[in-house]
Amino acid sequence: MTISTAPVSAAVKAPAAEVAAKGNRLWSWLFLLAGALYFLVPLGATFYWSLRAEKGRLGVEAYRRLFADANFLPTFSESIVNAIIAIFLSLLIIVPTAYWVTLRLQGLRPAVEFITLLPFVIPAVVLVFGLIRMYSRPPLLLTATYGSSRILLVCAYAALSFPYMFRSVDNGLRAMDVRALTEAAQSLGASWGTILRKVIFPNLRVALLSGALLTFAIVIGELTIALFMAQHTFGPYMANLTRSKVYEPSAMAIVAFALTWAAMGMIAYVTREGKRR
Amino acid sequence: MNSGFLSLEGVRKEFKGVLAVDTFDLEVAPGEFVSFLGPSGCGKTTTLRMVAGFEHPSSGTIRLAGKDVTFAKPNERNIGMVFQSYALFPNMTVADNIGFGLRVRKEPAAAREARVAELLDLIHLPAKGKSYPYELSGGQQQRVALARALAIRPQLLLLDEPLSALDAKIRVELRSEIRRIQRELGITTVYVTHDQEEALSLSDRIVVMSAGQMEQVGTPFEIYNYPKTSFVASFVGTLNQLRCTVTDAGSGDVAFDSQIIRVGSPIQFAKGTRVLMMLRPEELHLGERGGENRLSGTVDSVTFLGGVVRVRVGLGDSNLTLDILNERTLRLPTVGEQQTLSFPPHACWVMAEN
Repeated sequence: MTISTAPVSAAVKAPAAEVAAKGNRLWSWLFLLAGALYFLVPLGATFYWSLRAEKGRLGVEAYRRLFADANFLPTFSESIVNAIIAIFLSLLIIVPTAYWVTLRLQGLRPAVEFITLLPFVIPAVVLVFGLIRMYSRPPLLLTATYGSSRILLVCAYAALSFPYMFRSVDNGLRAMDVRALTEAAQSLGASWGTILRKVIFPNLRVALLSGALLTFAIVIGELTIALFMAQHTFGPYMANLTRSKVYEPSAMAIVAFALTWAAMGMIAYVTREGKRR
Repeated sequence: MNSGFLSLEGVRKEFKGVLAVDTFDLEVAPGEFVSFLGPSGCGKTTTLRMVAGFEHPSSGTIRLAGKDVTFAKPNERNIGMVFQSYALFPNMTVADNIGFGLRVRKEPAAAREARVAELLDLIHLPAKGKSYPYELSGGQQQRVALARALAIRPQLLLLDEPLSALDAKIRVELRSEIRRIQRELGITTVYVTHDQEEALSLSDRIVVMSAGQMEQVGTPFEIYNYPKTSFVASFVGTLNQLRCTVTDAGSGDVAFDSQIIRVGSPIQFAKGTRVLMMLRPEELHLGERGGENRLSGTVDSVTFLGGVVRVRVGLGDSNLTLDILNERTLRLPTVGEQQTLSFPPHACWVMAEN
C-alpha cells in the first residue's frame, strides 16, 4: 500500500491559508468602508443640509425653489451640451494622436505627454486671457458674439481635457497589442479609418468612457473660462447661487451629482448596446 | 524572368544603419510550404514583414504572382497573416473575426456567413462562432486566427511563429493541422520559426538564416543530412564535432588523438589541415557493430528522453553524444563506464575548423 504525504501536509496548511485569506478579506472590507465613508459622508451631509430649507422639519423645499429658478435648467443643459461636444472634439484629437504615437512615433511620446499636460501647468485664468487676446481681433475674431465665444469655450474645454483623455486612452492602448491588431486588420484589407472605427475605438471603450467621465466632470462645473467669456453655463450659475442662497447650493450639488451620474450611465449603456450590435 | 509565385530578388533591409537582412534571393513555387528558420535576430521575421508589406526593403524587389509589390500597402496585397500573439479582435466574436476581411471587402452577408461556416468546419470549431476570443484556449484562438487569414482567399499565407505561445502537446497537434489545411487548400505558405522540429516536419523547403544572411535553402532532408555550413549543421539537429587533422585527403582519413577515422569520401583539405569532423548522434552506436570507425571513452551522462536515451561519452577534452532508441529490454549504460563507439564512414563529413 502506498501512502502519499502530500494530502496530509496540504490538510495541515489549509487552515493557516484560510485564516490568512480571511484576514486579507477583512482588510479589504475595512479599506472599502473607509473609502466609501470618505465619499459618502460629505455627500450625505450635503443632502441632509439641502433638506433643512424649511424651519423645524426636513423637506424638499430647496429642490422646489431650485427647479423653479428660471436659470437652472438652461445653464445646466448648456453645460451638458458643451461637455458632450468637448468630449467628442477631444476624442477626435487624442485617439488618433495616441494611436499613432503608440504605433509609429514612440520617440514623440515625451513631447506629446508634455503638450497634453500643459493645461495642468497653465492656470485657467492665464489660458482664458490668452484665448481672448488671440481670438478677439480679425482674422480670428471669435469673441464678437455669444455663439462664437461658445465655440471658443468648447475648444478650450477640449484642451482642458487633454491630460485626462490622453492618459486614459494611452493606458487603454498599452493594455492591448496595438501593433498586432493593426497589422492583422491591415492584412485583411482594412484601411486606417476602418481600423480605428472597427478595431481600436471599440477596444478602447472603457478607457474612452473614463476619459469622457473626467472631462464631463470638469466641464460641467467649470467657472473661470466661462465667466471671462461671459457664458451662461452652470459654473457661473452655481457660483452666483452660492453667494446669494443658503440651502439651494446644496440641493443643486445633489441634483448635479445625480444628473452627472445618470448621464454617464447613459453613455455606458449606449456604448454597450452599440458594441452588442 | 523568374518562375516563382513569390520571388524576392536582392532584398536588403537596414534599420538606422544596422543590417537586418542582407541580399535575400528566393523563389517560392505555387502551393509550396517554405519555412524561414533561424535564431532570434537572424532577420527571418523582418523578411516576412517585408513580404507582408509592414516593412519596406532598403533595396531589392518583391514580386507576388508576377506583380511587383515591393512598396504596395499591406491591405492591397491580398496576403493572409497569422501572428504569434493570435491578434484576434477582442471586441468581436469568432465568426466576426473570421468574417472581418470579407466585411471589409463588402461581400454580401449570405456569402460571408457561408464562408465563415465553411472555415469553422475546416478548423474543427463549428460550434464556436458566437464565442469571444477570451473564451477560447490558446490553440483554439490560433485556429481562429488561421481561419481569419484564410477567409479572404489570400494568394499567399504568412505565419509568424504561430505556435510559439502554445504548450508542447498543442503545438504538435496544431502543426499537423496547419499542414493538413495548407495541403487541402494548396495555398503558397511562408512560415517563420526558430523551432527546427517545426520547420523540418512542416516544410517543403527550409531557408536557414543567420545574422541576416541566407545560410542554406533546401528540403528538410538536405538541410539535416547535407548542411552546407557549420552554422546549419549545428543549428539544425544535434551535432557532434571533433577536431581532427587530415592524414590522407584522397582516401578521406582524418586523425583524432592519433586514432584514424575514415570519412568515406575524398576530403577537400590538404594533409595536415585542422578540420571539424561532424557526426549526428543517431549515427553512433554503442559497441563495435555500428561501422568500421571506432572510438573509446567514458560515459559522462545518460539522459532518458522517452523515445530515445541520450548518452554523452567523454573522449579526453572532447565528447560525443549518441542517441539509442528506447526499448523495454534496453540495458542502460552507467556513468563512468568505459564504452566503445562505432560509426560508418558515410555518416561523417568534415568542414573547415572556423
